[in-house]
Amino acid sequence: MGILGDLYQAAVLEHSRRPRNRYRPDRYDLAYPGVNPGCGDEITLYLALDDGRVATVAFEGEGCAISQASASLMTEAVKGRTAREALALAEDFKAMVRGEEPAERLGEARVLRGVSRLHARVKCATLPWVTLEHALAELDAADGGAAPDTG
Amino acid sequence: MTLDAAAIRSDFPVLEREVNGRPLVFLDSAASSQKPRQVVEAMSEYYYRHHANVHRGAHVLSVEATALYEEARAAVAAFVGADPSGLVFVRNATEAVNLVAASWGRTHLEAGDEVVVSVAEHHANIVPWQMVAAETGAVVRPVGIDGAGRIDLGALRDALSPRTRLVATFHVSNVLGSVNPVAEVAELAHAAGALLFVDGAQAAPHLPVDVAALGCDFYAFSAHKMLGPTGIGALWARPELLAGMPPYMGGGEMISRVTFEGTTFAPPPKRFEAGTPSIAEAVGFAAAVRYLEAVGMDAVRRHDEALVARALERLRGMPGVTLVGPEEGRVGLVTFVVDGVHAHDVATALDLHGVAVRAGQHCAQPLHRELGIAASTRASFYLYNEPAEVDAFADALAAVLAHFAAFA
Repeated sequence: MGILGDLYQAAVLEHSRRPRNRYRPDRYDLAYPGVNPGCGDEITLYLALDDGRVATVAFEGEGCAISQASASLMTEAVKGRTAREALALAEDFKAMVRGEEPAERLGEARVLRGVSRLHARVKCATLPWVTLEHALAELDAADGGAAPDTG
Repeated sequence: MTLDAAAIRSDFPVLEREVNGRPLVFLDSAASSQKPRQVVEAMSEYYYRHHANVHRGAHVLSVEATALYEEARAAVAAFVGADPSGLVFVRNATEAVNLVAASWGRTHLEAGDEVVVSVAEHHANIVPWQMVAAETGAVVRPVGIDGAGRIDLGALRDALSPRTRLVATFHVSNVLGSVNPVAEVAELAHAAGALLFVDGAQAAPHLPVDVAALGCDFYAFSAHKMLGPTGIGALWARPELLAGMPPYMGGGEMISRVTFEGTTFAPPPKRFEAGTPSIAEAVGFAAAVRYLEAVGMDAVRRHDEALVARALERLRGMPGVTLVGPEEGRVGLVTFVVDGVHAHDVATALDLHGVAVRAGQHCAQPLHRELGIAASTRASFYLYNEPAEVDAFADALAAVLAHFAAFA
């Protein structure tokens, strides 16, 4: 694979070029924007919760392969999870790209572990996950902060 | 005379480094150049042996520091063919624009007046004008560029009016590498009764500059892009313009007499240098222009042209690579986009091969919108780069393209 293969492996490029859940749903509870002003990566995250679980998660966006692949992988990882579980996954992902051993429950999102060696690109990888955290916090606040499962 | 890049490289210790297991190929000098020993050592020598505050001490060290600081002003002024009386030390070219916008702009712009800029300006030559326009009610009017990446002289002629107070544009574009016909722009601006501000940040490192021959009224450049330290740059202005401009910041050094009834200000250029200046940086700036003069700016220009020509030759045939900017007349850099691969991924992939380039919008969002591209990758060259490095860059780019194509 060569030195490029560690980071830009087939799964990463596949997710960036044919992202999962890259659409604007007909119905959603919240559309939340995320942007890295330094590099111009941007996504809009669409979320709908049902009974405390992520029922709909989709995104639209523009940016580098890492940000777009990460968004695709994030949607796959959190769909059907409770908000608390989704936030825990976001913590796991951020720990992984900081260089910690990746948590198994991250599943396919572990293909982005190579980002940990590239400080300049960590923000690209975490953009969708940080946007998810902010969106869930806003949904929780809109709910009066009553939901106990937002960690 | 051609320059000896191998000999020059031995003055730049950083070029001996390896990055990601490969020899460093530094092609990001347009963002900030590397520094030769001569600059670093001049600054060390200053701090080790001569440092004191300037312009105020009766003792020997202060006299020495003052002499070094003022000699630096003379050296930097001479480098652009100017008299030191018109040369103000600032932090960087950005501060030079802000100084003129705040000092000249606030006192010379009125509601309805216009500042004309090209769409290809660096944000530093747009935003300060927008800020002073918002304050004064003046208008910032953009004009397009022509096929050669230069300000469109026809569009400029149409844009100029009795309300135009200033034209602000680049000497060399930081994205396109194109060279503006500054003397012609100056003639048009002056015929309309306007002044000309030139952003020389990308020109002063690569071209012989003579502000009198250019005919501009203001010229700004940064030391760190031309072998000098960060934290210092220069604003040159026609001395009679500086004389009519109020201070930019208040403080020590810039006054003549201070009382609580009223304060009178020092004459330029000190009027615009409040507080203790960047003395060591000025010494380093002077060492940088002396280094460039010893090599010879004509030799620097020819060397940069040869590197650009080689890069263009290598990149032109590459499938999926589109060059951004003019076919000819580029100075110091090659900007490009790759089909289906984002500029940041190109830059990261090149970095993994030890090749340092810049990716993004290069502080020129309006130009990228104008060109219809989201972002671009820029390889920029300087006197310490060698043809073999251009080849290493092109080979790495070919490997990157092959990798991304394999998974298309």
